[in-house]
Amino acid sequence: MHVSFEQWLTEIANYVFAALAIPTLVGAWMVVTSTNIVRAVLYLVVTLAGSAALFIMLGAEFVGWTVVLVYIGAVIILFLIGIMITRAPLGSHEELSHPATVKIPAALLSIVLFTVVAWAVADAFGGLAIPPDVGATRTGQLAEVIFQRFVIPFEVVSLVLLSALVGGIALARKDEPEEPA
Amino acid sequence: MTPADYLPIALMVLLGLGFSGVSLWMSWRIAPNNPTPEKLAPYECGIVPLQEPVQRFPVKFYLVAMLFVIFDVEIVFLFAWAVRMDEFGWAGIAAVGIFMLLLLETLAYVWKRGALDWNVSVRRRYRPVVAPDLEEEAA
Amino acid sequence: MSGLELLVVSGIKVVVAFAFLVLTVLVLVWVERRVVAFMQNRYGPNRAGPGGILQTLADGLKLFFKESMTPRKAQFLLYIAAPVLAVVTALLVFVVIPIGAPVTIGDTTYTLQVTDLDVGVLYILAISSLGVYAVALAGWSSGSKYPLLGSVRSAAQMISYEAALGLALVPVIMFSRTTSLAGIVEAQSGTFGGLLPAWNIVLLPSFVIFLIAGFAETNRAPFDLVEAEQEIVGGYHTEYSGMRFAFFFLAEYINMFNMAALTATFFLGGWNGPLFGPTWLRYVLPVIWFLIKSWVVVFLFIWARGTLPRIRYDQLMAFGWKRLIPVSLVWIMLAMVAIGVRRFGLPWA
Repeated sequence: MHVSFEQWLTEIANYVFAALAIPTLVGAWMVVTSTNIVRAVLYLVVTLAGSAALFIMLGAEFVGWTVVLVYIGAVIILFLIGIMITRAPLGSHEELSHPATVKIPAALLSIVLFTVVAWAVADAFGGLAIPPDVGATRTGQLAEVIFQRFVIPFEVVSLVLLSALVGGIALARKDEPEEPA
Repeated sequence: MTPADYLPIALMVLLGLGFSGVSLWMSWRIAPNNPTPEKLAPYECGIVPLQEPVQRFPVKFYLVAMLFVIFDVEIVFLFAWAVRMDEFGWAGIAAVGIFMLLLLETLAYVWKRGALDWNVSVRRRYRPVVAPDLEEEAA
Repeated sequence: MSGLELLVVSGIKVVVAFAFLVLTVLVLVWVERRVVAFMQNRYGPNRAGPGGILQTLADGLKLFFKESMTPRKAQFLLYIAAPVLAVVTALLVFVVIPIGAPVTIGDTTYTLQVTDLDVGVLYILAISSLGVYAVALAGWSSGSKYPLLGSVRSAAQMISYEAALGLALVPVIMFSRTTSLAGIVEAQSGTFGGLLPAWNIVLLPSFVIFLIAGFAETNRAPFDLVEAEQEIVGGYHTEYSGMRFAFFFLAEYINMFNMAALTATFFLGGWNGPLFGPTWLRYVLPVIWFLIKSWVVVFLFIWARGTLPRIRYDQLMAFGWKRLIPVSLVWIMLAMVAIGVRRFGLPWA
């Protein structure tokens, strides 16, 4: 399906998409270039908010708000608290910027990764259009997929969460040695 | 979802930002502004601050945040299930029940390891405290 | 509806909702000060306007004309973003609350709700989790000791009780089979056996958990140790003055009313209530029922503040994680088995 640039310009949704996608990309760029670790985390919030908005724009309301609730509302808070409890520098810190010997391979790797993901997504969903007005069914469809087709992975998720916490506690206990009985 | 559902949210964000921006700007223009070094110093009950703000917090804050991530994920799953619980019947209830029991176990584990005790004295309450004279009697 | 019409209707709704909230806060602050004063055997503010009702306006104007200081060590952009974020998130929660029955004028039906999201409950939890950022940013960007302490404390407090808040709502969704707030109100419109209104308050444990978690989530007494003056001076907004402080104050009271309105919507039947009289009265009465229910819950908030002493931080965390959350998990399991038996019969039958 080929769309000319003039046609692209006539659709309002494209402007909305651009207004959401550009801050997402800028935020992502700032996450990796910022030398202030708290700022970097806050730019990550911008990126995640942008991707949540894109999910909502695609009609996946439930997924979009889950990104806000779980990632922005919980995981990033976890990062912030993680920064506060360690001796990580709260201010700007030059050591966060790596030398070129690290930067160039990292850049190459991310370009390769981007190409692979973009190709896979375009190959799988390239020709599909988003049906309008599907919000009401999406949450239910999601529930059906989770609780009928993927019940076992769903149960395993709780074990993954448990093991994450066991790890967290193991790290935390080093701070306070056990009292001799 | 339709764009109509999200238009008011976008408008509310704009209104909130506009209201905040305008009133902060007007207040800044109208209100007096004569900063002095003492006024701009970090608040320390009137004395000169002796040390930098604490840069390290107890690791328990981190464990609580981690526990919260886990429960947040659970809440999202439960919401998705609760909307369509009629369709899944007892199979769905069993699946969610097992999931919740595993999470209760997680909570019990964290509790038992003392990560939820914020007072050091409370955490040590299981240390056997035996008065010397009682020990002699027992022996 | 055409695009322009949609824009106009949404614009009007947003402006009305905003004006309603600001007006509510003006009254709410005065009501709280008066009620707490009477509970403590004093008069409270009674000079500005009849009964002192204009006191909040006077205080707001005073703050408007006061100097807004920026501490030397503050990170200005984030420092100024924090109070704005607090107000915007508070405003956004109200957007999905239905305040009355849909009104039909001519051929068009207008909902008395700014917007009805299909995932309303999830939206509310997500937006209130953004409220943590206002507190965290304020504390971190002030570059001062007490705000930082207050903000880390309150971030941990808010996330702990948000988990309980979300869990308390699961049985409500099981009952109403939807996460849309309009749908939840509609599901409570019937009666039990033609006598009692079918409000979700029958899920009594959920109601109690939600209310307690709501107190903590809005940093209200007895969980107001975010700004425990005796220990940490004033919490995350120690370094804020003038209009910037007023914004935190505004956000706090909008959040309090939001929480009361949400309690009314989820558990007390929202705008449902007896309807009678001519057509116009049938549109006005639901709004009145909604307001009465919300203000009853608001009174509970004020009552708690006038009665209960502040709890210690270890008690706060212990109560949240060792009592509230296990109880809500067990309650969800009981509720789902009970609802299962009611809807699908016994599992072995």
